Amino acid sequence: MNYGFASLLINLLPLACFIVLSLFGKMIKPAISGIISCFALVISAVLAIYVAYGYFFEFGKQENIYLKEIVMQFQWLRFNDSLSIDFGIVLDPISVMMLVVISLISAMVHIYSLNYMHGEERFQTYYAYLSLFTFSMLGLVVSINLFQMYIFWELVGISSFLLIGFYFTKPSAIAAAKKAFIITRFADLGFLIGILMLSFDAKTLNIFTLIERLTQPGSAYISGLNAITFLGLSGISWALLLVFIGGAGKSAMFPLHIWLPDAMEGPTPVSALIHAATMVVAGVYLVARLFPVLAVSATDVLTIISYVGVFSALFAALIACTQTDIKRVLAYSTISQIGFMMFAIGIARWGEGHNEGFTASMFHLFTHAFFKALLFLCAGVIIHGIHSNEMADMGGLRKKLPITHITFLLACLSISGIPPFAGFFSKESILSSAFSENRSIFYIALFTSGLTSFYMFRLYFRIFWNIPEKVDEENTNLEKGRWAMLSTLVILAAGAVFAGFVPFGNFVSPDGTPVQNHIHFLFSILPVSVGLAGIIFAGFMYFRKNSLPETIAFALGKSYRWSYDKFYIDEIYYFMTKKVLFNLVGRPAAWFDRNIVDGMMNGTADLTLIFSNSIKKLQSGRLQGYTMWFLAGILTIAVVVIYSFIY
Amino acid sequence: MNDVPLSHVLVLSSALFFLGVYGFFTRRNIITLLMSVELILNSVNLNFIAFNKYLFPHQLEGVFFTLFIITIAAAEVSLAIAIIINLYRRFNTIDIEDTNTMKY
Repeated sequence: MNYGFASLLINLLPLACFIVLSLFGKMIKPAISGIISCFALVISAVLAIYVAYGYFFEFGKQENIYLKEIVMQFQWLRFNDSLSIDFGIVLDPISVMMLVVISLISAMVHIYSLNYMHGEERFQTYYAYLSLFTFSMLGLVVSINLFQMYIFWELVGISSFLLIGFYFTKPSAIAAAKKAFIITRFADLGFLIGILMLSFDAKTLNIFTLIERLTQPGSAYISGLNAITFLGLSGISWALLLVFIGGAGKSAMFPLHIWLPDAMEGPTPVSALIHAATMVVAGVYLVARLFPVLAVSATDVLTIISYVGVFSALFAALIACTQTDIKRVLAYSTISQIGFMMFAIGIARWGEGHNEGFTASMFHLFTHAFFKALLFLCAGVIIHGIHSNEMADMGGLRKKLPITHITFLLACLSISGIPPFAGFFSKESILSSAFSENRSIFYIALFTSGLTSFYMFRLYFRIFWNIPEKVDEENTNLEKGRWAMLSTLVILAAGAVFAGFVPFGNFVSPDGTPVQNHIHFLFSILPVSVGLAGIIFAGFMYFRKNSLPETIAFALGKSYRWSYDKFYIDEIYYFMTKKVLFNLVGRPAAWFDRNIVDGMMNGTADLTLIFSNSIKKLQSGRLQGYTMWFLAGILTIAVVVIYSFIY
Repeated sequence: MNDVPLSHVLVLSSALFFLGVYGFFTRRNIITLLMSVELILNSVNLNFIAFNKYLFPHQLEGVFFTLFIITIAAAEVSLAIAIIINLYRRFNTIDIEDTNTMKY
C-alpha cells in the first residue's frame, strides 16, 4: 500500500470513528459501537507500524540520514504568496515514532475500555470522545504547519476536557475538567503569542521553512528578532520561551502542573491515554519539534527548559511519596517522568556528541508510554475490583489479581530503571547525557530516580503485600471474565519489558544521522544501585505492616505535611486568583462594567425618558389644541414670508 | 359695479375667515366646528373670485379654483358627517371636549 495513503488513513480512521459514533451512536448497540472503534484503532495502529517499518527501513533513509518526508499537503487558508496555513502530513523520525506510540496505546485503551466501561450509560459517547482525542493527537504530531499544530493542540485540549468531565454529574469531575481546560488554555496563550512572534519574523508558518530560516545565524530573519532584548533575553528566546510555556501547560510542568492530578476524575483508561500517549507528551513533542531552533539560536531557553524539567521531576517525586490515592501517585510520577524528558532535551545541544539528550528524551517518551499506560490500566483493574482509589483499602491482593500483580510488578521494575527492563535503557541514556553535560542536574536526577523507585514500590507493596492475604470464598479472583482488560495488560507488559531493546539511537536524532547509544555498564552501577536502594527502603517500610512509616512521617514532621498537601501550590493559586487577581483586576473591571459601560447605556435611556416625558403633554388629544399649534405655525411662516418680501 | 374697490372685498373675506377661525376655537359642538370650517373655505373662495375679477378679468383660473374648492368642500362635509355619526355612536356625544381619548 502507498505509504502516504496509509499515513492519511491512520489519522482519518479515528476521525471517521468519532463522526460515526457521535452522529449515529444512539442508534447502534453499545457493544457494536465499542467494537467498531476498537477495530478502527487497531487498523490504525497496524498501519502506523507498517508506515514506521517502511519509513525506517525502506524509504526514509538516504545516504544514512533520515530525511523528513512530506507525504501529503494542501493549502487551507492563504494570506499571501508566502504566508498560508497548510494542512499536511510529515513523516520524520519523531513523528513516525509518535504515530506508533499514540495509535498503539490508544488501541490498547480502546480495547481495555470494552470491559472497564461496560454497562456505562454513555458508552458510545465515551468511545466517540476517545477517538476524537486520538485523532487530535495524531494530527498534532504529523503537523507541517505551526498553525495546524495549534489547531490540533486546542483539539487535544477540548477532547481532554470532555473526557475528564465524562462523569459530569460529579461536581469534582466538572471542577477538574474546567481546571485542566483553563490552565492549559492559559498556557496556550503563550504558545499562540510565540507562534505569532516566530512567524512574524520568519515570514512563514511552515515548521520546516521556519526551522531552516531561524537556524542560520546572522540571517535577516533572525536579526529582526534579536534586535529586541527584554529582561536579558533576546526576541527569539522570548518567542521560544512563550512556545515552551504552551508546552509546559500541556505537559504539566511546574508551576502549571496542578491540573494533572485532578484530571484523575476521568475514567481510568482516559488517564492512561492522557498520561502515556496523548496529552502530556505533546509539550515534549513540541520542544523536540523546535529543537533545531532552540539548540542553534536560543540555548538559554534550553537551559531554562532543563531546569524547569529537573525541578518538576524532583518536586513531583517528593509529592508522590506521600500521596495515598493510587491514581494520584501515578499522576505525580507522570509529571516526574515528563520532567526527565524535558530536562534531557534541555541539556542537549546541537552537534555531534552533545545531542544524546534529545535521543534519550525521545527514547524515554517511547518506553514511558508503555509502562505508564500499563500502570494506569493495572490501577484501573484494581479500582474496578476494589471500588476504591485509596491505598488504605488495599493490601494483599496477590491472589485476587494474579495477572495484574505480575504486570504491575514488571511496570514498576521498568519505571525504576532496573535492567533489563525498558525503563532502564532510556533512563540510563538520560542520566549519562546529564552526567556529561551538567553535573548538578545529574545529581538531582539521580536522587529523583531513587525517589521514583521508592514511591513506585511503596505503591506496589501497599497494594499487593502489606497485610496478609484475606481468603474469602466469594470473590477469590476478581479478574475473571475480563479478557479485554487482561489481554491489553499482557501486551503492554511485553512492551514495558522489551521496548528498551529497540536500538533507538539508530532511528531518532535531531539531525537524522544515527547516534550511537552506548550503554556504559560501569556508569550504570550507580543509578541501578540507587534504584535498588529505593526499592529496598520501600520494602522495609511497606512489605509488612509495621509502624515504621508512621515513625518516619512523625520524624519528618512539617515536611511530611507539606509533601502530603502538595506543597500548597493549589492554595497559592487560589490565593493568587481569589484574593489578589479578583480584588485587583476582577472587582475594578466589574465596577467599570457596571458603572461606566452600563451607566452610559442606562444614562442615554434615562435621558430619553425624561425628555419624552417632558414633551408628551403636547399630544393632548384635543383637536382644538392641535389646530391652535397649526395656526400658530402658519402665522409664523406667513410673518416670515411677508417680512422677507418686504425687505 | 366697479365702484366697489378690491379692498372692500378683501376686508369682507378676512372678516369671514377670522369669524370661522374664532368659531373653530371657541365652539364645542362638532357640527358648529364643521360650519366654521365651511366659513373659512368660503372666505378663501371669495378671495379667489375677487382677485380673478379685479386683477385678471380675462382669465378664469380663480373661478375654476373656486369650483374645485366647492366640490372638495362637499366631499369633505360628507366625510366629516360620517365621522361625527361614528363619534356619536361611540361616545354618545358630539362635544369636542369629551372626545380626547387619542392622546399619550
